[in-house]
Amino acid sequence: MNTTESVKAIKGGEFLIRETAAESIFIPEEWNEEQLMIAETCTNFLAQNVTPNLNRIDEQEEGLMAHLMEEAGNLGLLGISVPEEYGGFGKDFKTAMLVTEKLGAGHSFSVAFSAHTGIGTLPILYYGNDAQKQKYIPKLASGEWKGAYCLTEPGAGSDANSGKARAKLSADGKYYLITGQKMWITNAGFADIFTVFAKIDNDENLSAFIVEKDFEGLSLNTEEHKMGIKGSSTRQVFFNDCKVPVENLLSERQNGFKIAVNILNLGRIKLGGGTVGASKDVISLAVKYANEREQFGRPISKYGAIRYKLAQQAIRTYASEAAIYRASQNMEEATDMLVESGMDSIKAKLKGTEQYAIEAAIIKVHASETLDYVVDEGVQIYGGMGFSAEAPMDRAYRDSRINRIFEGTNEINRMLTVDMMLKRAMKGELDLMGPAQKVAGELMSIPDFNAGEEDGLFTKEKKYIAGFKKAVLMVAGGAVQKLMAQLGKEQEVLMNLADMLIELYVSESLQLRVEKLVGIKGEEATKEQLDIMRVYISEAAERILKSGKEALNSFAEGDELRMMLMGLRRFTKTEDFNTTQARRNIAAKLIAENKYCF
Amino acid sequence: MKILVCISQVPDTSTKIILKDNNTAISSDGVTYIINPYDEWYALIRALELKETGVATDVHLITVGKADVEPIIRKGLALGGDEAIRIDAAPNDAYETANYIAEYAKSVGYDLILCGKESIDYNNGTTGVMIAELLDVDYIGFATSIQIEGNIATVNREIEGGEETDTCNLPVVIACQKGVAEARIPNMRGIMAARTRPLKVVTPTAVAPVASILSYEMPPAKAGIKLVDPDNMDELVELLHSEAKVI
Repeated sequence: MNTTESVKAIKGGEFLIRETAAESIFIPEEWNEEQLMIAETCTNFLAQNVTPNLNRIDEQEEGLMAHLMEEAGNLGLLGISVPEEYGGFGKDFKTAMLVTEKLGAGHSFSVAFSAHTGIGTLPILYYGNDAQKQKYIPKLASGEWKGAYCLTEPGAGSDANSGKARAKLSADGKYYLITGQKMWITNAGFADIFTVFAKIDNDENLSAFIVEKDFEGLSLNTEEHKMGIKGSSTRQVFFNDCKVPVENLLSERQNGFKIAVNILNLGRIKLGGGTVGASKDVISLAVKYANEREQFGRPISKYGAIRYKLAQQAIRTYASEAAIYRASQNMEEATDMLVESGMDSIKAKLKGTEQYAIEAAIIKVHASETLDYVVDEGVQIYGGMGFSAEAPMDRAYRDSRINRIFEGTNEINRMLTVDMMLKRAMKGELDLMGPAQKVAGELMSIPDFNAGEEDGLFTKEKKYIAGFKKAVLMVAGGAVQKLMAQLGKEQEVLMNLADMLIELYVSESLQLRVEKLVGIKGEEATKEQLDIMRVYISEAAERILKSGKEALNSFAEGDELRMMLMGLRRFTKTEDFNTTQARRNIAAKLIAENKYCF
Repeated sequence: MKILVCISQVPDTSTKIILKDNNTAISSDGVTYIINPYDEWYALIRALELKETGVATDVHLITVGKADVEPIIRKGLALGGDEAIRIDAAPNDAYETANYIAEYAKSVGYDLILCGKESIDYNNGTTGVMIAELLDVDYIGFATSIQIEGNIATVNREIEGGEETDTCNLPVVIACQKGVAEARIPNMRGIMAARTRPLKVVTPTAVAPVASILSYEMPPAKAGIKLVDPDNMDELVELLHSEAKVI
């Protein structure tokens, strides 16, 4: 690798074919004093206003959620990333992510918050003209008005562009008349502003409109009864020749789908932040309970079966978090570079985010599945009390589940991960061909047994991750070659490839985080983080092997299959070590600190 | 009217205390520090309320410590203080702290000095009263409400078994506890403004401490709880006599 190459920022998706230097990534251990103060404000807000009222929130007490949103607005938490000229605080993406993470422990409140600040505010902020922004954004940033987003319809969920909602120009040309039905609309019950997607006349693509709740022809259904996030308002919204002034068309006609997709890219990585915040909170509850609950004369945290669960919860959460802030930093740097090159700051933000859409999809899947694991084991650690609605795990368990469904189901996000990667390769933006051919060549050669390697703290893990990359390139390359145009229809293979990419990206992010942390704090103060990294990567190797085998067996056969399986085993081979002891060390730290502490 | 609020840095309430150097010092490894809650929730917030209602013109924060205490001062500024002063010293006892604060207070001239009733680390509750003595002004401790009208402070304070209302002329030093004000959360505007508000570092005239710490001792582990059936008073009496040895 030459020097110019090594300093050039890594592009979206490029993690598959390039190495990243640990010092170039951002790690959460680097928050500055102001960011920590903002984080503390979020934590205190939840502790004082939200956590004591979770039952009232879940009962949807009249006016309570709207009031909490206003309180958050008074603290400035709804305008973190809104530019100062529109009444916000113009903070960077990482800080906004930190706020999302900290408020992620707020159950239904966090859903209302994320919907308002994300899909409720950003379409107008990013695509609105100045008059629209001046009119709506300051009030959304202060919490005086609350926002919602109407995309999904009864017959159009994952396939969002197939919606039936239609808009037509009124006879006098002053209004668009929208007719249609939208469902699963978060915040609908108290929202003042709705961003609504509908096709104008017989357009092929969606357009977006800003609709105020008092516009004639808008009505709401009753609240949906849901498995979880019961305090979040979710309703159907009906539009019956709803009169929307023509000046409320957002962006250009037929630009709606692009708006929806770009806003979702941001929503996905933000969802990752929120679920990591929730995971940390649930782990803290689980550790406290395990330390207090005694059975057979000892706290249950003394037992290996419980320690294993606590360690696993922390390992996955720490790994997810590493990926989230690495990608957040990438998005921020890409945006800054575009601004420096003269691009308008909002366009730059959209483009910068879009560049890391693959990483955002990966993070959405990994972090939401991590939270599901964490709450499931949280219930288990609580035992009988975990099943009681009197204890907090009941709500945590139910509230977690939606995260694998909204912001694009995890299946859609998995398919997108692979699809975007391959499309970028076809467009020539990512050179997957060269590296894939090199790996194919390597299959024929004799393995290179550690020749010339220095024995450093991260030598092994770096080698494993390089192997993971080869494994993905080999299986993906084989799938493209064998299945060609059929690959898009072989969803099982796409899922396998996505799982391999996810494990690769998270493993590498985790390794880089720990490497950078050791550089800051030294090895002695980072012992548990090193254990987290080692256990995660050894398990990731197994998961990559399993996914790879499933994929290869589905499309290859004979000698070729045998050769690729051999290669896969070689690329995912890791040295055995005492993972039990490593997990015990991690759990011991959690138990001593009586909370999530990494 | 100028108010000086004394704030001190204390370990977070969930800190696990670890002794070091043969039990002569407390380890600061992994300790999270906060503003002493009595200083923050009551003294500082009441001072800010007095400013918001037009009674006070300036609210200054003062703390004694080395540069590592600055995050908590800036948090005070984020809540709304106008200016902060850090007396650059590592005091060994409350006497030293009180001397440094009194020396600075004398140089500016404050009408009202507020502090918490005690810090939650050493719980001495002596700094405020020593500042008053060194400045030769009145002192009211355990305040539960503070009203200022003109040159008169009217203060409710907790006393053994009840409350009393005191009035006194300004200047006065008042040590605050629950009831004086309600805790607030710093908002984004305050947090961002905190960076731009002045933080003065003052080198004090050194004073020798009058107390020194010989050693620390951890409190004994809590004994288990015994539940006695309310119908079995004999057992209770027997336990109080033979085990607790209090009767």
